[in-house]
Formats: sequence, C-alpha cells, structure tokens
Amino acid sequence: MIVADQKPIEEILQMLEPYRKVLFLGCQTCVAVCMAGGEKEVGLLAAAVRLARKHQGRPIEIVEGAVKRQCDDEFNEPWAKTIEQQEAVLSLACGVGVNKLSERFDVPILPALNTKFFGEVERQGVWAEVCAGCGNCILHLTGGICPIARCAKNLLNGPCGGVRADGTCEVAQNGSRPCAWVMIYERLGKLNQRQNLENIFGAKDWSSDRHGGPRKRIREDMLLEG
Amino acid sequence: MESNLQRALASKKFVVTAECGPPKSADRRIIEEKAKLLKDWVDAANVTDNQTAVTRMSSLAACAILKSLGLEPVFQITCRDRNRIALQSDILGAYALGIRNVLCLTGDHQSFGNHPQAKGVFDLDSVHLIETVRKMRDEGRFLSGDELTGERPAMFIGAVENPFAPPYEFRALRLKKKIEAGAQFIQTQIVYNIPRFREFIARVGDLGLLDKVYIIAGVSPIKTPGAAKYMRDNVSGLDVPNEIVARMEAAGKGIEDKKARAEAWRKEGITICVEIIQQLKEIPGISGVHIMAIEWEEAVPEIVQKAGLKT
Repeated sequence: MIVADQKPIEEILQMLEPYRKVLFLGCQTCVAVCMAGGEKEVGLLAAAVRLARKHQGRPIEIVEGAVKRQCDDEFNEPWAKTIEQQEAVLSLACGVGVNKLSERFDVPILPALNTKFFGEVERQGVWAEVCAGCGNCILHLTGGICPIARCAKNLLNGPCGGVRADGTCEVAQNGSRPCAWVMIYERLGKLNQRQNLENIFGAKDWSSDRHGGPRKRIREDMLLEG
Repeated sequence: MESNLQRALASKKFVVTAECGPPKSADRRIIEEKAKLLKDWVDAANVTDNQTAVTRMSSLAACAILKSLGLEPVFQITCRDRNRIALQSDILGAYALGIRNVLCLTGDHQSFGNHPQAKGVFDLDSVHLIETVRKMRDEGRFLSGDELTGERPAMFIGAVENPFAPPYEFRALRLKKKIEAGAQFIQTQIVYNIPRFREFIARVGDLGLLDKVYIIAGVSPIKTPGAAKYMRDNVSGLDVPNEIVARMEAAGKGIEDKKARAEAWRKEGITICVEIIQQLKEIPGISGVHIMAIEWEEAVPEIVQKAGLKT
C-alpha cells in the first residue's frame, strides 16, 4: 500500500490560512489502512482545525468527506458540485489524489499528508518500505528481498563494508534495520540458492525507474474508442 | 605497464601506500605539504574522494597536484556522487592528467557527512564501476557499448574489501566478483584482528584468487585509548580487539603530564601498527600495506622505518 504521514498541524493551519470554506476529503484505500487519511482521520483533523481557527478568532467552515479512491475520477465525480463551492480542498489522500483532483478542478487542492513510500505492515503501527517500484523486478534472484528498496545504496552485488557486527545497516539509527544483503544471503541459504550470488549482477537500467521521466502504463485493449 | 605502483607490485616488492586526504578548502599547499611528508616513504598515495561524505577538494584535482610533485597518486572514486556518465568522464580526465591508478568504491552513505540532505546517486555499485573501467581500457568501449574514439585509459584498477563485516563467509566471494570484474589490486579495511584476517585470506586462497590479485592490507596507527574504544564500539565494519584497547590504556597509565601521556599513547599506537605490519608481512599472499594515518601523516615515515619497509 502507499504509506503516508499526516503533516504537522502547524503546517496544515498555515496552508489553510487564506481560506474560510474548505472541504476535507479523505481517501478510503491505502492511507485509510495506514491510518493517515481515511474517514476517521478527516474527522479528527477537521475538529482540530476548527478549534484552532476558533481560537484565532477566524472560524473556518469545513465540509468533511472521503472517497473510495481519490486517484480515480470515477470516485471523485460525485463530489464535483461540493468541490466547486469551496475556496479550497484539503486532500487527505496520497500525492496521487492531490494531483488527480488538481487536474480536474479549478480550486486549490492542498496536501494534508506527506506521501512516503509503498510498504508492508511490519507489525501493528509500523510500516516499512520494501519495494521501490523500479519497473524491472529481480526478486526471483534475491530470495524475494529487494536490494533496490531495502539497501540504502541500492547495491546489486552484495553488502558494503558498513554492516554492523550484528548484521544491521549502519545507515539506520540504532540498528533499527537489518542489512538487506545479509537478509538476502541468509534467505538464499535457506532456499539453497546461494549460487545466485556468484555471478556479477550487471549495472541496472534505471530508465524503467522514474529516471526515464514520469512513467505511464498503457493497455491498448482497455482503451475506449474516441 | 604505465603505473609505478603496478610495476612495484609486479617486481614482488612489499609495497607501501598511504592515505592523503584533501583539505576542506581550496588550499593546494595542504596537499603539497602532505606530499612532501609522504613522498620518500611510499610507493603511492591514495587520495580519498569526499571520505565519510564530507565535502572536500576533489580527489581528481588533488591527484593531479600529487602527480605534478612526483608522488604516484591512487585516484579514489566513489559511486555515491556520480552517475555512470560522470564516473566515466572522470576516468578519462584522470588518465589525461597522468593518473594511472584508480580505486573503485561505492562510497560512504551521504547521511554520515556534512550534507545529509544530499541526494545519493548510487547509479552503479563498486563492482559495476570496476567492470566499466576495465571495459574502457581493454575493449575501448563505454559501459553502454558506445566506442571510445581514441586513446584508452590504461588504468591499474583497484578495489576494496572489508573482511571484518558480516556475512564473513561471503566476503571472499564478493572479492572474487571484484576480481572477475577487473580488479587487479585490493586494499582492505584496517586490520587489527589478525586471526580473522588470516581466516579471510585462507578463504580467498581456497577460491584460488591469491595469484590473481595483489592484496594490500590496511593498517592505521591509533592515537589515543579513546580513539581505540570509539573504533571498537562505534565504527561499523571495524574490528578492534579488546587487547589493543587495553594496550593503549596501559601505555598512558601513571603518566600525569598530559603531553607526556599523549606522547606515550602515540608511541604505543605506532608500535602496535608496526607489529601488525610485521605479522601481515608473514602472511602469504599479502603484497603490501596501506597506511591510513588519517590527519596524522607525520606518523607514516616512522612506521615505514620501524617496520623495515624503507624503499
């Protein structure tokens, strides 16, 4: 899922300062699951902002809502009339939702979240980045553990010299993250696939990553005529 | 053979290289002074490339200065700050400036340096970089396959390996990859733990690599017991045995005068370093030592002399 963090309330208040009539629009998919921008977070944030603005003697009128997926016009369309009546929209979706609404509406769309990465639920309350979306998957060779996303230097030929004695990465504070290549080495041992490590893994073609420019996926068979 | 370092190694001489860190300024005199200190004592000097990700004078420029002063430079080049376009361009430039040795590294992560906000590049890793330089030199082609249009950079290619970081049993295999990629000499992480280093060299030998590459073992004199403890406890990838910390502590014991105590520590640090070099000399397959006397270049002549390595 896409993992995001809510921005500090001070920053949100600053963004909202010029506006008195705003829609707070959450998204019910990824950011709801990681508890950053779902319906519940819309309610909590709206209450906090109303209170702060009342305190400042500059009350704000907030409409609350959440859509199934803000990255798709189809789900945003029922909100079109409401959006057009606002001075601004505070989107609690990931950055994709903010972009999507901005393409469709002539109203300022403000981001309430910092979109971080796509990740797994490591444990209750902890999300971790495990895939970088580089566009050219090699996980079948690395025991299902991604060196592009999980190694700070995205190395492809084994660990650097900065592995701590306990197998953690020196870049992560307080040994909070194991070295991806130690994980790969151990995992390939378990799978009897250490031979994968013997040959040189060639330089990566980053053009499938976003270094080739913003990416697009097109499925011709799905396109509608006209 | 265009590299003096390569010639020395080929003649079976036990070589000495030292580290020469560029200044955090544009002052070429600092390089000149370091060169003067090292010149008569080492076969070559490594110029570090923004080591620990702290911005300094460019390694390429400092190498050119060393070269002009008659000290053989080893151009350290990392993948942290340059993509494959810039890396290859700097290799061509280095050769044109008369630099004949290149040490290919991935580089310390930018989060450790003085610009932790920087965007790290890491387009290639060190193995790719080694392969790239070899391809430019031997095939006259860039990494992409595009042809060089004239003189090829006839570089003596080096790499590093750290025997003291996990997974220990994988380190020799990683070295093998670097040799297959084109590494001709290897400089190792600083050796304090001789038994573990021997284990590593034995594994390298088992893989049949000892006659395929020159291994230059890293050494570094310790200045104070505090530095020894810091390296033991806080620097990942370094293995400082307790007995070395204890020796450093014992050296200053009972000496009240601050200056005299510091001197006693330095003396012991140099003695330990010399002892390590003597043990390294006895290990078959070790072709020399690389002395990393960081911001303590004055120690190099003394170490070289005491270890009986004066050329």
